[in-house]
Amino acid sequence: MTDAGSRDMPDEQEKTGVVAWLDARLPVVSAFRREYVDYRTPRNLNGLWNFGAILTVVLLVMLATGIFLAINYTPTAAGAFASVEAIERQVPSGWLLRSIHVTGASMFLAALYIHLFRGLYYGSYKAPREMLWLTGLVLLAMVMFTAFAGYVLPWGQMSYWGADVAGKAVDAIPGVGPWLEHFLQGADAPGDVSLHRFFILHMVLAFAVLGVVGVHVAALHVTGSNNPLGIEPAGPRDTVPFHPYYTSKDALGLVLFALLFAAVVFFLPNVVFEAENFRPANPLHTPADIEPEWYFLPFYGILQSVPSKFGGLLASVGAILVLFLVPWLDRSPIRSARFRPFYRVCMGLLVVCFILLGFVGRHHAQGGWMIAGRVAVVYYFAHFLVLLPLSARTERGIVLPDGIADAGRRGA
Amino acid sequence: MRGGMRLRLGFLLGLLASLADISHAMAQAGPHDRPPHQVWSFEGPLGRFDLSAVQRGYAVYAQVCSACHGMKSMTYGDLAAMGLTMEQVSRIAATQQVPGGVDAQGDPVTRAATPADHFRDPFANPEAAAAANNGVAPPDQSRLALVYPGGPDRIYAVLTGYREPPAAYRPSHAGAVYNPYASGREIAMPPPLRDGQVVYTDGTPATTAQEARDVTTFLAWVAQPHLEARHRLGMQVVLYLLFLAVLVFLLKRRVWSDVH
Ligand code: HEM
Repeated sequence: MTDAGSRDMPDEQEKTGVVAWLDARLPVVSAFRREYVDYRTPRNLNGLWNFGAILTVVLLVMLATGIFLAINYTPTAAGAFASVEAIERQVPSGWLLRSIHVTGASMFLAALYIHLFRGLYYGSYKAPREMLWLTGLVLLAMVMFTAFAGYVLPWGQMSYWGADVAGKAVDAIPGVGPWLEHFLQGADAPGDVSLHRFFILHMVLAFAVLGVVGVHVAALHVTGSNNPLGIEPAGPRDTVPFHPYYTSKDALGLVLFALLFAAVVFFLPNVVFEAENFRPANPLHTPADIEPEWYFLPFYGILQSVPSKFGGLLASVGAILVLFLVPWLDRSPIRSARFRPFYRVCMGLLVVCFILLGFVGRHHAQGGWMIAGRVAVVYYFAHFLVLLPLSARTERGIVLPDGIADAGRRGA
Repeated sequence: MRGGMRLRLGFLLGLLASLADISHAMAQAGPHDRPPHQVWSFEGPLGRFDLSAVQRGYAVYAQVCSACHGMKSMTYGDLAAMGLTMEQVSRIAATQQVPGGVDAQGDPVTRAATPADHFRDPFANPEAAAAANNGVAPPDQSRLALVYPGGPDRIYAVLTGYREPPAAYRPSHAGAVYNPYASGREIAMPPPLRDGQVVYTDGTPATTAQEARDVTTFLAWVAQPHLEARHRLGMQVVLYLLFLAVLVFLLKRRVWSDVH
């Protein structure tokens, strides 16, 4: 005891009490102070940098409401629909928790897409932030699987037939397809076994996402945030401490996001609830119009624009895989699209194509939508595989600001 | 900054646009006349229910519709939310016989329902329901007002829309009757309502139109049982958040006022 006491940090000696005692043994307090209070952050982050904090909070809300739903949910083909109806009608506040969870899924994916395109636009994937980008993409894939599995659980008509369409898509993979479909579904069609598996997949993935977010944020704190100018802070004048500057700014972003969230939960639930899914699953009756949730529509559009079934599957999976290569496809040393006129136009077109593909998916790539879909698919891949690598050549003689504070003074 | 704003706007637009034509999926199945729009108190983002109409609508359901249509998701206790006391609900439940397990000999018995019991299904299984109704099982009504394409307007139109068929009309199957608002202008349900069909305890004249209006209101209430609580809580939450947004905005501006 006396020996240990002599090795105590001298500068911490004046601090006493429980907090200091804990911090000397497990430095959570000083780590928190270092990473969330004093942490230096570029002074010029715009509203798009709020979405990381928004995603984190929505994730926690999803986990909390999800646990309550799971407690009252029955993962069997015979009981699932009735248990969800009971949550909506008989469980106290069940309708509210379910509505928050369902709305949260849509809001989470919307925020995720904004967060991702923010990264693309400002070059946040470039050195030294490649790991940040890659862990983010792993999160994207995990969240998509989680959302899909969750949508199956209420076992309404859209749940059932959505799972059926996805199963058929997996089935189209040459060789392993039928085996894989059987592995996921446990049978040739969605049923009791699939529902049980999807329930477990949904819960396990949701908590795994939380773990990967930890890695994602840890990677962020190694390099610090990028910023709209895409230049590294040149000195202390270019940064501000995270608290109170970005705590107050994130709080504002969160409250505004919560307003939008509440508007949907309380006044516009039809925006996120598909009426057809209030009919119990009926394997004998195919709905007139099977369509995934809006956040899968761009990928559904790609799937349907490509003539071959397996080709379509490759293209829609490839649309996500190609994002993993972006840090190495982009050769330009300039990060922010603000200083890359050519890339900036390309990014605009990419967003247009992505949204257009959503509409193509909605209309099952029929008639004129088929042509639009094919053009958009070609542009999507050309953007990443051709235009992005070539764009560096168009950028000669571009002068970047020397520092963030100076750029602000010049009125950029 | 401008690029960022554009990005965000593009996304919101895409989100809204892809959501906006959800109603588009409503136009499906066989052709039928367009149901005239009715004014309902529960419409719109601030709608509320006229609970006396809901109660009369329950009388119509109990005395007429429940002979053929189930409402599986509802319990008798849920009826308290339309303005009944627990005694009234218990009394309603007690008039219904539900399966009560087996007796000492192992024979199935029935018992009087309690508020915790779900509405009794009129048929033992879907096959029996179809067999008793010319081959078409009457749909469960727990969410009918939400899932029926055309919603309450069309339910009301169907209930009041039975009339002399045009000369060319031939029923497609036994038991089918002409109704311009049903899919394919034909329905397997014979006209369920007529004047004086139902006894209203509040003295409202039980015309066919009144019965149809009340039962449609009841079905809408059953399909969205928490509509009113949702709207009320929503107003409170939004007002609170607006107030908070102003405070946080002022706080943020003050914090940032020394950054030049
Ligand atoms: C579960 C989902 C996710 C959560 C909770 C999350 C959380 C965060 C947080 C808290 C930040 C810091 C604040 C900010 O810059 O907005 C951040 C930054 C970042 N995230 Fe994510 N993220 C998620 C998914 C993704 C995805 C899908 C990507 C894209 C592939 C991604 C890429 C990035 C990048 C590149 C940054 C650094 C941005 C910069 O400093 O410019 N994240 N994330």
